[in-house]
Amino acid sequence: MIHSLFLINCSGDIFLEKHWKSVVSQSVCDYFFEAQEKAIDVENVPPVISTPHHYLISIYRDKIFFVSVIQTEVPPLFVIEFLHRVADTFQDYFGECSETAIKDNVVIVYELLEEMLDNGFPLATESNILKELIKPPTILRSVVNSITGSSNVGDTLPTGQLSNIPWRRAGVKYTNNEAYFDVIEEIDAIIDKSGSTVFAEIQGVIDSCIKLSGMPDLSLSFMNPRLLDDVSFHPCIRFKRWESERVLSFIPPDGNFRLISYRVSSQNLVAIPVYVKHMISFKENSSSGRFDVTIGPKQNMGKTVEGVVMTVHMPKAVLNMSLSATQGSYTFDPVTKVLTWDVGKITPQKLPNLKGIVNLQSGAPKPEENPSLNIQFKIQQLAISGLKVNRLDMYGEKYKPFKGVKYITKAGKFQVRT
Amino acid sequence: MAASPAYGEEKGGSSSLGEPEYGHDPASGGIFSSDYKRHDDLKEMLDSNKDSLKLEAMKRIVAMIARGKNASDLFPAVVKNVACKNIEVKKLVYVYLVRYAEEQQDLALLSISTFQRGLKDPNQLIRASALRVLSSIRVPIIVPIMMLAIKEAASDMSPYVRKTAAHAIPKLYSLDSDQKDQLIEVIEKLLADKTTLVAGSVVMAFEEVCPERIDLIHKNYRKLCNLLIDVEEWGQVVIINMLTRYARTQFLSPNQNQESLLEENAEKAFYGSEEEDAKDAKAEAASLAKRKPYVMDPDHRLLLRNTKPLLQSRNAAVVMAVAQLYFHLAPKAEVGVIAKALVRLLRSHSEVQYVVLQNVATMSIKRRGMFEPYLKSFYIRSTDPTQIKILKLEVLTNLANETNISTILREFQTYIRSMDKDFVAATIQAIGRCATNIGKVRDTCLNGLVQLLSNRDELVVAESVVVIKKLLQMQPAQHSEIIKHMAKLTDNIQVPMARASILWLIGEYCEHVPKIAPDVLRKMAKSFTNEEDIVKLQVINLAAKLYLTNSKQSKLLTQYVLNLAKYDQNYDIRDRARFIRQLIVPTEKSGALNKYAKKLFLAQKPAPVLESSFKDRDHFQLGSLSHLLNAKAVGYQELPDWPDEAPDPSVRNVEVPEWTKCTIREKRKEKVEKPFYSDSEGESGATESADSEPESGSEESGSSSSSGSSSSGSEEEEEEEEEEEEHSEEQSEDKEEEEEKRLKRKEKEGSRKAAPRSVGSPSEEEEEEEGAKKSKKKKALQGRKGRAETSSEEASTSESSSSGSDSGSEAETKRRKAPPSSKAGPKEISLLDLDDFTPPPPQPIPSSSIVSTSLVTDLEGLTLTDTSLTPTLLSPAFGTVKTYELLHRMAGEGLAVEYCFSRRPFPGDPHMVAVQIQISNNTDAEVKNLRVSEPKPLSGMRIQEFPEIESLAPGDTASVVMGIDFCDSTQAANFQLCTHTRHFYVSIQPPVGELMAPVFMSENEFKKEQGKLTGMSEITEKLTLPEKCRSDHAIVQQVTSAANVGRVPCGASNEYRFAAKTVTSGSLVLITLERREGGAAQLTINSEKMVIGTMLVKDISQALAQ
Repeated sequence: MIHSLFLINCSGDIFLEKHWKSVVSQSVCDYFFEAQEKAIDVENVPPVISTPHHYLISIYRDKIFFVSVIQTEVPPLFVIEFLHRVADTFQDYFGECSETAIKDNVVIVYELLEEMLDNGFPLATESNILKELIKPPTILRSVVNSITGSSNVGDTLPTGQLSNIPWRRAGVKYTNNEAYFDVIEEIDAIIDKSGSTVFAEIQGVIDSCIKLSGMPDLSLSFMNPRLLDDVSFHPCIRFKRWESERVLSFIPPDGNFRLISYRVSSQNLVAIPVYVKHMISFKENSSSGRFDVTIGPKQNMGKTVEGVVMTVHMPKAVLNMSLSATQGSYTFDPVTKVLTWDVGKITPQKLPNLKGIVNLQSGAPKPEENPSLNIQFKIQQLAISGLKVNRLDMYGEKYKPFKGVKYITKAGKFQVRT
Repeated sequence: MAASPAYGEEKGGSSSLGEPEYGHDPASGGIFSSDYKRHDDLKEMLDSNKDSLKLEAMKRIVAMIARGKNASDLFPAVVKNVACKNIEVKKLVYVYLVRYAEEQQDLALLSISTFQRGLKDPNQLIRASALRVLSSIRVPIIVPIMMLAIKEAASDMSPYVRKTAAHAIPKLYSLDSDQKDQLIEVIEKLLADKTTLVAGSVVMAFEEVCPERIDLIHKNYRKLCNLLIDVEEWGQVVIINMLTRYARTQFLSPNQNQESLLEENAEKAFYGSEEEDAKDAKAEAASLAKRKPYVMDPDHRLLLRNTKPLLQSRNAAVVMAVAQLYFHLAPKAEVGVIAKALVRLLRSHSEVQYVVLQNVATMSIKRRGMFEPYLKSFYIRSTDPTQIKILKLEVLTNLANETNISTILREFQTYIRSMDKDFVAATIQAIGRCATNIGKVRDTCLNGLVQLLSNRDELVVAESVVVIKKLLQMQPAQHSEIIKHMAKLTDNIQVPMARASILWLIGEYCEHVPKIAPDVLRKMAKSFTNEEDIVKLQVINLAAKLYLTNSKQSKLLTQYVLNLAKYDQNYDIRDRARFIRQLIVPTEKSGALNKYAKKLFLAQKPAPVLESSFKDRDHFQLGSLSHLLNAKAVGYQELPDWPDEAPDPSVRNVEVPEWTKCTIREKRKEKVEKPFYSDSEGESGATESADSEPESGSEESGSSSSSGSSSSGSEEEEEEEEEEEEHSEEQSEDKEEEEEKRLKRKEKEGSRKAAPRSVGSPSEEEEEEEGAKKSKKKKALQGRKGRAETSSEEASTSESSSSGSDSGSEAETKRRKAPPSSKAGPKEISLLDLDDFTPPPPQPIPSSSIVSTSLVTDLEGLTLTDTSLTPTLLSPAFGTVKTYELLHRMAGEGLAVEYCFSRRPFPGDPHMVAVQIQISNNTDAEVKNLRVSEPKPLSGMRIQEFPEIESLAPGDTASVVMGIDFCDSTQAANFQLCTHTRHFYVSIQPPVGELMAPVFMSENEFKKEQGKLTGMSEITEKLTLPEKCRSDHAIVQQVTSAANVGRVPCGASNEYRFAAKTVTSGSLVLITLERREGGAAQLTINSEKMVIGTMLVKDISQALAQ
């Protein structure tokens, strides 16, 4: 299946290679570079490239290209999904999935890759198992290791792989038993010029942080499970229990993981928490234009909208912008033509406004199109869909865990067309 | 981001080599300083005695490998450390070894003995890792050693080692393909493995080594389907893809004849006929020829049903695999379920989106309706990467129809103003395609496109011209205005393709623009030499056409153009000029063709069809690499066409699985429900089963095993009462016996056939329907069951002849006759049923039925001995006792084990629950040394094994008691049941009601205790008692059957009290049931064990609700 893996940074250096079968020469990456050049933008590099003898399947994560070499037919998503899993694992181990982190921990990276794939077929991809096999680096451990010469490799053999519950390691012990659930909902929306909603949808996830001793068996129930239209589960969840009772029943992995992700049924109208008033115009035959944007709160259920950031990709002809913001600060990058306005919190009394002049390249024709505005925001302690966790029960263990649920609503792909 | 400085610090702190970067990146030092010196240094470190030095050296070497630097000259020094005790050094040596063994084969052999030793290690994980490394060393000389190791590992006790063996198979195969035959043997063996751990890996090996040997799958098909949900995600993908191919060869197309009159299919037919495509027509034709009603093979249904929950997987690859399976295999009406899941994936990483959209594009051509509700999910954001935008556009275009076109066009309008010009061009093409497909909007689109002609961006204009040209070709007469407008554009527009298109248009429709055309030619003649080649060719074409229609004005111009072309640099153009001159300009020499010149040039040309580039891509298996590339990738397995005739379905019959037998739908669902208990074959735990099937209580008491309950529903209803009596009469519930009874009863009924069937008669059609729908029933009990079924069928349909022969059948000889008689039965009926559970007609008498007839005699023997034995052996404390199956007769290869909770104190230990185990030997041979081994209790659980049974004669039954301390939890107790030949993994899971023992106390005591257990420890539930369960007797009966409790006297007549203590901890459990007006009741349980309390409430209210 997966023959080799190359990690390539943005400047085109191959900084790590790993082969699971016979060695494939680095020169195979030339085809990739060729495609990369053609694509101009990194996002447009085709994920699958066919070369005379191999196929290259790549992903782009955190400024690194993960390029895998394939020789025979394999479902492309299989490889893509696996590569993302690799990146997730690095993230999990090193806190970030960056070139420096990988280079600094190259031995651990190698050990991980060795365990994750056997002969190109995924072997152990669950983070709980991997962590039993190879301990993640911590400051304390690396200090101790450098003194005692002991290693990062776990000397206990991974029993998790053998169990019926491969996602949970055995013998977990905590002095404080805690279970936290973050219900995070994101609003994807397209708002058209006149302010009406073209498309809006709520996508949510429940991220959990479970630190419970032993083998707890949890069941989480909702006040209004009917809201969840389409759900995808972590493998630990008993599917049938959900089907019949709409209860999430599971033996959780240890640590952080995504329990479910869901989509709220499309029949429900989505409350859009902000509105944007905009006036962007370019004058014919004069090298300037006007820019005036106001953001205001709307249907926010009494909560404050915070962390508001607006980013706009301005047309190529824009040279510079001289604006003034009543709140927050703005930056304009004349190279990438990206305008970023960091607004912060919206107070209904004084609506934030950004206004000023756009300078165009002299002589260039007036830009045909108006840029669309991408908005980010955050609302604490609110799940916009109204989803509520009812209760969490634990079976199988005797202690009383500390339980917590947090709700956050965020903007997902929230775009205002102008 | 905040993490990065922290890491810097950490590195600085940890690295003893000062500069952190270099400390861990020796390669950078390695390149610049003299290479060899550096390596000497490493060699020294490797030779030292200190593990820390060795480790440091190995780390540097691995870092070199990671950077792609050559470290092969260190091979001897490294290999020496293969037996190093430090586990990390060892692992890194393995990494090195696997990387360079191929280059240094001789030296690599030095390490082999270490692994061979590892293969014999008592620890399964060490055995596995030894095999893993050994098989990764690509040295042809060790092929025989590998082969031997794989074979051995394939029959290892540990499933993990077997999994590793499966992984090793493709490695060996790629090293030496001559081993194929032997490897196939190993694969065959591993395919039969029942553990989920092995399943994915072995199918992967199968796909790499022998994907053509589809026959190996037959016997394992059902098992794979049933295991699927518990297999790890990567294995699921491989298995699903393989099963898709398998199903295509083994089943009939579910969409072949939509006119089928079966109710089951009526719906599908209705929807199916809405979509009209060529394939349908073909399928219809085929179905007309056949005229045989289509009944989906139950195995086909099994696959569809078992894969469906996986659409909910978090893994995009799994979702895609299921989606393609449904697309290729499911009846049209059912394919729709995948749309939702696929749309969900569109929120994932852009690479995932890219692949999913490609597949959605293909699907949306075939089945547009499926994605229509999700139209808006394909709307494009300005931040999407271009390749995603274009794919979404493709999907939107495919989805466009009369009803939604206006919305889509409005959306397209915004896209046209995008900054991304490639995307704008694609949008214009999409508009063109919508216009051709939907006649209603053609004019609107055309007008819109014409407006675009005045766009400032030349690319946009050019693309519009090209698309307009295509559209105009459909109805040129009405659009001379547009053509005129376009003619003007020739002055400005520079894009060659657009210029060529305009010229072609003018030439083609020169009679609509008689005045302008010659003028355009004049202009073009002027600039001829500076044009691109495609434009020049069109100029020549235009000239020729004008010459033929309007020679007066254009004769000279044409001559001029042709002369210019004659001396052009491009030979295509010179060729064309020569050819056209000969054709149009009449000379003496010019031949007969001259007359036809006009016909040649001004023939009616069919309008181009604007098609999706994704059309017909679905002949590749969706989700595959080949589909994505639209070219056959290496190793792609063609997706076969459906067969015309279904191959023999009986090849999938197996004489084992518990799985295949749990045919009643609820039962199977239940299996699916508990992903990680699937290894246990016993009854599901109280919580789960109680939740999943509301009527499970009755079913369980009615029919103790899955096979017992698999007789059709109508039968069951009819016999429920009788069965209950039966239970009180004789406590032994040997299911075979019961079936035997049922059979007899049926037959009696058959003989009474003249009398109208009182209860069972309305079930006639139902039964037939059930028979058709319900997939294979009890494969294992085939013959016998088949007969039972047919005889019941006969009874109900009052078939005179065959039921007559059955009626008097008490004697065994008659029974033997039964199978032929069932064959002789009317074909229509038997088709539905026999298809399912007996081998098809062609084989005269299937061997399995012979086996089972002999089994019948065995069982009859059993019945006799049993009835005399059991009543004394098993007398439970209260009326009814449920038995649970521990090991099914088929799974146990003839050894059937059941257990029940006798509710007696276990003699050895008061904290244990006594479990009465009944073992019957249905084989022909003696079973020896029956014992429990390797109990694997969860924390705190204890198992007191029963004394070993020395031997059990064929047909004999033994009853033993073992004690289990469940620690007051309903977790299953897992252990192995061993005979002298086999081990069976079994597990016992207690219903919560069995975890307690009755306590007798007075009313006052009860109240006192209850007073102590309030608040959190009190659980109350309101329920409604059904009619038949309102009498005192019934209530007490139900409660005591649900839980092992003792009744506490009570003054009030409408209140019932029970008390018990949990077996392990002795906590009190107090139950109060208060009966109110009109069947309402309130159930209160007081216990400090809240979990037990809650579960008990559920169990009791369920028992009462029946």
